[in-house]
Formats: sequence, C-alpha cells, structure tokens
Amino acid sequence: MISALRARPRLNLALLAILLALLPFIAGELIGQSGVRMLDFALLYVLLALGLNLVVGYAGLLDLGYIAFYALGAYFYAWLASPHFGLHLPFWMILPMGTLFAAAFGLLLGAPTLRLRGDYLAIVTLGFGEIIRIFMNNLNAPVNITNGPQGMDLIDPIQIAGVGFTGTHELFGLTLPATYLYYYLFLALTLVAILVAYRLQDSRIGRAWSALREDEVAATAMGINTRNLKLLAFAMGATFGGLAGGLFAAFQGFISPESFNLMESILILCMIVLGGMGHIPGVIVGAVLLTILPEALRYLGDLQRATLGEVIVDTANLRMLIFGLALVLMMLYRPAGLWPSRQRQRELTAKGEVAIHEQESLADVQR
Amino acid sequence: MCSAKALLEVSGVGKRFGGLAALSEVSLTVQAGEIYGLIGPNGAGKTTLFNCLTGLYDLSEGQIRLAGEAIQGLKPHAIVQRGFARTFQNIRLFANMTALENVMVGRHPRTRAGILGSVLRTAAERREEAAIREAAHFWLERVGLNAKARSLAGHLPYGAQRRLEIARALATEPRILALDEPVAGMNPSERRDMADLFLRLRHDHQLTLLLIEHDVKLVMGLCDRVAVLDYGRKIAEGSPASVQRDPAVIKAYLGGHAA
Repeated sequence: MISALRARPRLNLALLAILLALLPFIAGELIGQSGVRMLDFALLYVLLALGLNLVVGYAGLLDLGYIAFYALGAYFYAWLASPHFGLHLPFWMILPMGTLFAAAFGLLLGAPTLRLRGDYLAIVTLGFGEIIRIFMNNLNAPVNITNGPQGMDLIDPIQIAGVGFTGTHELFGLTLPATYLYYYLFLALTLVAILVAYRLQDSRIGRAWSALREDEVAATAMGINTRNLKLLAFAMGATFGGLAGGLFAAFQGFISPESFNLMESILILCMIVLGGMGHIPGVIVGAVLLTILPEALRYLGDLQRATLGEVIVDTANLRMLIFGLALVLMMLYRPAGLWPSRQRQRELTAKGEVAIHEQESLADVQR
Repeated sequence: MCSAKALLEVSGVGKRFGGLAALSEVSLTVQAGEIYGLIGPNGAGKTTLFNCLTGLYDLSEGQIRLAGEAIQGLKPHAIVQRGFARTFQNIRLFANMTALENVMVGRHPRTRAGILGSVLRTAAERREEAAIREAAHFWLERVGLNAKARSLAGHLPYGAQRRLEIARALATEPRILALDEPVAGMNPSERRDMADLFLRLRHDHQLTLLLIEHDVKLVMGLCDRVAVLDYGRKIAEGSPASVQRDPAVIKAYLGGHAA
C-alpha cells in the first residue's frame, strides 16, 4: 500500500511528461495549426509569468512595466538576427546575450526605484515600461535602430543542428511543422525556468526576498542588504522576460512596439494574481488559462452566428468583458488565486487556526 | 583609548527630528558580558537610541563604536554583520513565513550562497543550506520553540512571537543583542521565564544584552547597570540600586521637584 503510494508521484510525473510530449499533436488534431501556436504562446507567457513572479510574488515589488524586458529581449534578438543590420548570429549566442541585456536594464530600472514602495513603485515601473515602448516606436530617426512603428520583420527563425524552425520537417518519421518544433524548444526552456524558480524559492536568496516582502525594516535588521536583493530580483525577473522576448521574436519573425503595451504587463500580472501569487504551479496555471481562454472565447463569435444568425456582441469586447468579470469574481471568492500556496491561502482566508489563537489569548486575559 | 572590555561605546550621540531634539549628548559604555538596562519614561528617547545604534536612523551628532570600530553611518545590515542584533518593540516577524524560516533568515549575514550557487545547487550551497537549517533548529530549541518550527510566525501566540524574534536575532550570531521591551504584555511567570532565558543566553553564548524595559522589578533583578533617559538626555547611570535612589530619576518618573 505504502509502496504503491510512493510510486504514485513517479507515475503521475510520467503521465504528465507523456501528455506534454503529445500535447501539440492533440491540439493539432483537434484545432489545427492555430492550436499549436496557442500552446507556444502559452509557454512564452508561462516564462514571463514565472519571471514576474520572482519580482512580485517573491520579493513583493509591484512591477507594472515588466513587458519592457520582453520587448528588450525581442528587439535584441531582432537586431542580431535580421536583415535590419545585416547580422545573422545563431540563436544560442543571441539568447544568452539578450537575457543579460535585459538583466542590465533590470538593474537600470531597479536602481532609481530602491526607495520606493507599493503604489509609488508601481507607477515608476509603469512609466519605465511605457518609456521603452515609446523609444522602440521612435528610434527610427535620425538613425534607424528599431524601424519605428513599422516594426522589424524577416527575423531569423531558430535553427538547431541545421534544422531551421520554418516550414515543415520530416523528423523520425513524423511530419513536424515549425510550430511543433518551437513547442518542444519552449517546453524545454520553460522546464528549466521552473527548476530555476523552484531552486531560487528554497534558497538563501529566496528567503531573503520573502523577508523583504514581509517586512523591509525587519529584513535589514537581519543583515539583509535590501538594495542588492531588490536589484537582484529585478535583474532575475528581467532575465526571464528577456529570454521570452528573444524566443518571441524568433517565433513570430516580426515584432513591433504595439506588442509590448501596458495591457500586456497587466495581463502577465493578472496571470500570477489569478493563478496564485508566489506559488509556481498556480502561476503556470494562471498563465496557461489566460492565454488559452481569450483565444477560446473567439469561438463565441461562431457560436453566435450559429445560434442567432449574426454576431451581436463583438467577440473582442466580449473577451474583455468576461475577462474582467472573471477577475472580479476571483477576487471576491478566491482572493489567493486558483491554486495558491498553502501559506498564502492561510494568509488571506485565515479562519480556523487564528480563531483558536484568539480564544487562547482571550483565556490569557481572563486569567 | 578604549579599555579592552568595552564592547559598545556611545559618545555624545544626538538625534534631531526637525526642531525636536529626540536625543542629545547621550554617552554610555557597555562592557562585554554585561546586561545593560535602558529605562526612562515614555518618549524619553529609548527606542530612538536603539534605532540610532542599529543604523535605522542617521545620527545628527556623536560617535558609536562597536568593539573599537566606528559604526555610525553604516547601513543597518552592515551593523548586523558586525555583530549587533536587535528586536523590535512592536514585534516585526515575517508573519507569513514559518517560525523555522524566520530564524533561517537570521542566518543570512553569516552565510554566502549567491544566485548562481542557489540555481545550480552546488555542493557548497547544499552543505550551507543544511547548516542553516540545523542552526535555525538550534536557536528555536534555545528559546523553547522547536515544537512550533512549522507554524506560521503570525499564528503563534504573543509570548512565542517575542521569543521567536529573539531566536531570529540570535541566529545572526550577535556579540551584543538589543532587546526593545522584550517582556511587554507578559504575565509574571512568562516574565520570569524570559529573565531566565536572558541569563542563560549570557552565560552560554558570552552574549552582551542591552535592554529597554519598563518593568522596574525585572530591570533591577537582571541588569548589571542601568542608564536612565529623560527628554533625550541621560540623567543617571549606575547600579540598579543607586539609580533607583537617584533624585533626578525619581523626579523624572514622578514629576515635580526632586526630594
């Protein structure tokens, strides 16, 4: 019995692995290419959400400009792998450099915000996100760096061992369109990112971030250098964002500033809030749901046409409406997220244990 | 200059908030191994002095030396690094972390694992992590909280929170521990337990204690020397018995003219 229970997690893990491996084929069968693309995007958003979770969930620094790092990673990739500057470096060189590039900007953003907390920090980071986007929008003159609002296109796809992630390939007797290949690449990197996030969480650095989030004054009184740890949180978060950005550029082949607007930052924040801030499985669920649900809601248009004969409510509006409603309901009924850590659940819905302690202290007073 | 045993030397410390002089010309010396009490009426500047000593406030004037080294102007974390830990009057635990995690955070200044070591889980990092855990259990045991290691700090009863804060401060391996009203709100038996704990800590860990406390009985029984602050000035210093008889102290506490 016990041995069977012990074997269970392994079995679950194996099933999960098989499911993840087959997922693009399932999606491809059921929905087609667009389904696989959706999976690819879901993985990119998981990366982004994991990165933002380091900053917001662990260190408690509310960052509303996180998309800037995604943008920086994407533009960095585009600069070094497109006809724009005539550079075509291999992805394995660009992606690490791009993450470092984004991390450097993470420090740059972190430095002036060290003394700010809460709302003030949120507003400054929001400004930073907009600054980056506006720069990208306008850096086409006097020297054309970003090609302005037209965006940059013809970005090189990823190429591994001579196999370019474009068109369709016959590998191991399977027909694999590029979206499938990207899926497996993104999946591998996402798994690494999850491992990194878990290890950071259970480390000296992760504990120091939690301490910072809980009480900054007490954290300094425990010998924690709050300046360095905040900068580290911003830089680490930016690393994830920069990586996702580079992958996004290669995947899309085209980027423009409008992909990196404030709504995107807020969307990623919603993912971690909805899923369960600070809890990695929750964050992943949040990211996947918020990528896939809006796409799924597009089919509401077809549904309306089929049942009512015409589209009465524009699906784009409907999506935002349902999205907003879902958030409101979430905050009312599951404020700690869909899949919160046990800790955070207790924090926001403390009942039983606290009641016992209250009775105890009442007893103390009566004594 | 300084005698070999003077652990903490405070000379001419002043702190002004705008026009208000919260502290002026406070000087005192704490010897190694001493339990030094700091008393005074509400608003006398005791906590302000603590905040100055531990780097939370910048001094307006004066000097602070810890074991001969000037520490004024250092950041709070650097002062902890040099062996000066503290607790807070209004308990400041990391409420949503477990008791064990709270104490583990206290090991931060004595450990070194960085981002790379943590991500790669190097052998050194794993060893250090095990040592942190062990040390945290040790300090929880010392304050009698090991059974509560997995409880959330915020859910502990009040007295346990006070003791957890002490364990967390001890985990930083201080030479001197500053306690800001550690027995406030406790009943007499809990107070006795705490006093015993302080004596044991001094004995077992060669710890020097600096204590802000209102409970005169506790201060008199526990402290080797006492300084009295009133309106930001030191008005008396000496053995508990002599301070208790000091006319200036009586005046400060009872008001009116000195007898």
